[in-house]
Amino acid sequence: MTPSLIALAFLAALALGGGLGVVISRNVVYAALFLLVSLGAVAGLYLLLLTEFLALVQVLIYGGAVVIVIVFALMLTRLQDFAKTRDHHQWPLGLAAALAVLGLLAATFVVFQPAVHPLQSTGIQELGNELFVRWALPFEIASLVLLVALIGALIISRADRGE
Amino acid sequence: MTLHDLYLLSPEVSLVGLAALVVLLDMVVPRKGVLAGVALAGLVVPLAFSLALWGTVSSEGAQQGIFGTLAVDKFALFFKFLFLAAAALVVMATTDLFDRLGHSLGEYYSLVLVSAVGMMLLAAATELISLYVALELTALPLAALAAFHRDARSTEAGLKFLLLSAISSAVLLYGMAFVFGLTGTTYLSDIAARIGSSVLRPDVPFGAFALLLGVVLMVAGFGFKIATVPFQMWVPDVYEGAPTPITAYLSVASKAAGFAVILRVFYIAFGAEALQVDWGVLFAGLAVASMTVGNLVAVAQNNIKRMLAYSTIAHAGYMLVGLAAVSAGAPGGSTLGPSGLLFYLAGYTLTNLAAFFAVIAITNKTGSEVIDSFAGMGRRSPWLALVLALSLVSLIGIPPTVGFMAKLYIFNAAVRSGLAWLVVVGVVNSVLSAYYYLRVLRVMYLAPPASSEAVPASVPLRTALVVTGAGVLFFGVLPIFLIRLAERAAQAILS
Repeated sequence: MTPSLIALAFLAALALGGGLGVVISRNVVYAALFLLVSLGAVAGLYLLLLTEFLALVQVLIYGGAVVIVIVFALMLTRLQDFAKTRDHHQWPLGLAAALAVLGLLAATFVVFQPAVHPLQSTGIQELGNELFVRWALPFEIASLVLLVALIGALIISRADRGE
Repeated sequence: MTLHDLYLLSPEVSLVGLAALVVLLDMVVPRKGVLAGVALAGLVVPLAFSLALWGTVSSEGAQQGIFGTLAVDKFALFFKFLFLAAAALVVMATTDLFDRLGHSLGEYYSLVLVSAVGMMLLAAATELISLYVALELTALPLAALAAFHRDARSTEAGLKFLLLSAISSAVLLYGMAFVFGLTGTTYLSDIAARIGSSVLRPDVPFGAFALLLGVVLMVAGFGFKIATVPFQMWVPDVYEGAPTPITAYLSVASKAAGFAVILRVFYIAFGAEALQVDWGVLFAGLAVASMTVGNLVAVAQNNIKRMLAYSTIAHAGYMLVGLAAVSAGAPGGSTLGPSGLLFYLAGYTLTNLAAFFAVIAITNKTGSEVIDSFAGMGRRSPWLALVLALSLVSLIGIPPTVGFMAKLYIFNAAVRSGLAWLVVVGVVNSVLSAYYYLRVLRVMYLAPPASSEAVPASVPLRTALVVTGAGVLFFGVLPIFLIRLAERAAQAILS
């Protein structure tokens, strides 16, 4: 047992536990906080893989912005609307699907035995170079996608005012 | 990025510029018709750039741009023409719905145009990440457009489309991750090279379990785009709830984009002969399911938009026959399968747009989408009824329409690839489909009309109807021009 293996096990358990908490928790606010735990643990996993920048982004965007937006959304909507979230009859189906995917993935990895590569740290500078040079096209398209999302959200939210 | 890269991207860049212009004009121009005119006239610019690129590609060969993430070849350009034409026709057909869509017409047109940009990039992308973001750029505007009417059905359509497209994207990304994990690259041609240099197991489909899983997940993700069974659940509700021009746009352009990306990914990344045979079988199975389910359920529909929704599912099945007829299965590596698919897509675009445009005019007047409300249209508006009749005949696949030629071509490809059984299924399905298409014809021509009032249609809508109707007839009699174009385009991804 190397220290990094112990850390991996701990973080993976934390991520999984957080994920389970999101699904099982009967209170939506708790679910949102469990999500924070899970996302934070994934940031830790990124650190273990020596991708500091991804870890940073994960904490900033997912752990920070996304969870805060969710909590805000919960604050601004009436919580009693969510009372029915616990009557989900589809959980056996969901469980079966989750187990099936797990089995499939496990089988694939056992049969396929992916090659192990030594870890390499990627600096932020290289990342920036790659992102804005080689990956310029997808980067630009992504910005266009955001613009479209903005316009779309505007139209849909403006719908109330019109009539 | 060099100047040459910018030239290669010029159709997309100019189209984005046009979309921005239309949104901004909406703020200063009070008359709505001007926006449609600007959007329509502006489409000439990307068209001109595409034509110029076609000339460049003809003389200098296919071009790779922007660090190899984008290809400009005849295949990509064929689809650029298709998407530009579809966008132009949809822009024209929207003019009759100004009172219902007029609240944000500038945004409406710009979303239609940006979605076309996404489709054009999708047909040109040669690298998985670019391909994925192009897919999102295609789908996201369509979700907003589907919700454009301010009623419950339209909102449901938008939400369903958004959620299911997000889920299918996740599945697609998962599949891509497996392919990347196996090959270590996201470039399609490099994927093919890595697969070619690795040892494939003969007892496993696709030669490796990771590849099998990756390919199946990617097919599931793309299956949503082309609306094939079993990924078709969203189709009827979204088609019914969305504004009809958007339904038309979804049914032709979005589907064509899905097929474009499937063709490129599978023929380039998974184009090895052994793999082609494997995914040919996969697509043959999907084709049978899609044709049969689509046609059987369409029979039971009373709403014309729902009926046409199931009809597009069935037609996705016929198109998949073209994918199943892989070039490796045919003697001498024939290109009939892919070029048949391209020809079918072009013909289907004309046919289905004609059908939906006629539906726009009629439902706009009667206010009802029930098939029985089409009663006596043959007498009320003979020309409109004629275009609808022509398009339905083309959807069945009866001469002298382009639908017949397309089916003939694609079934011929399947027979050459040794898939005679699949053709039998396709022909049986075509006969079955005649039942529900002819039912509309019977109602239009034999049932007594509810009133004798003619159905009004604006000049742009009438023009769109004439263009599509004439196209259905023209390419049904003289398909050779379109077939040559499709063959040249298909050649680009096979060489």
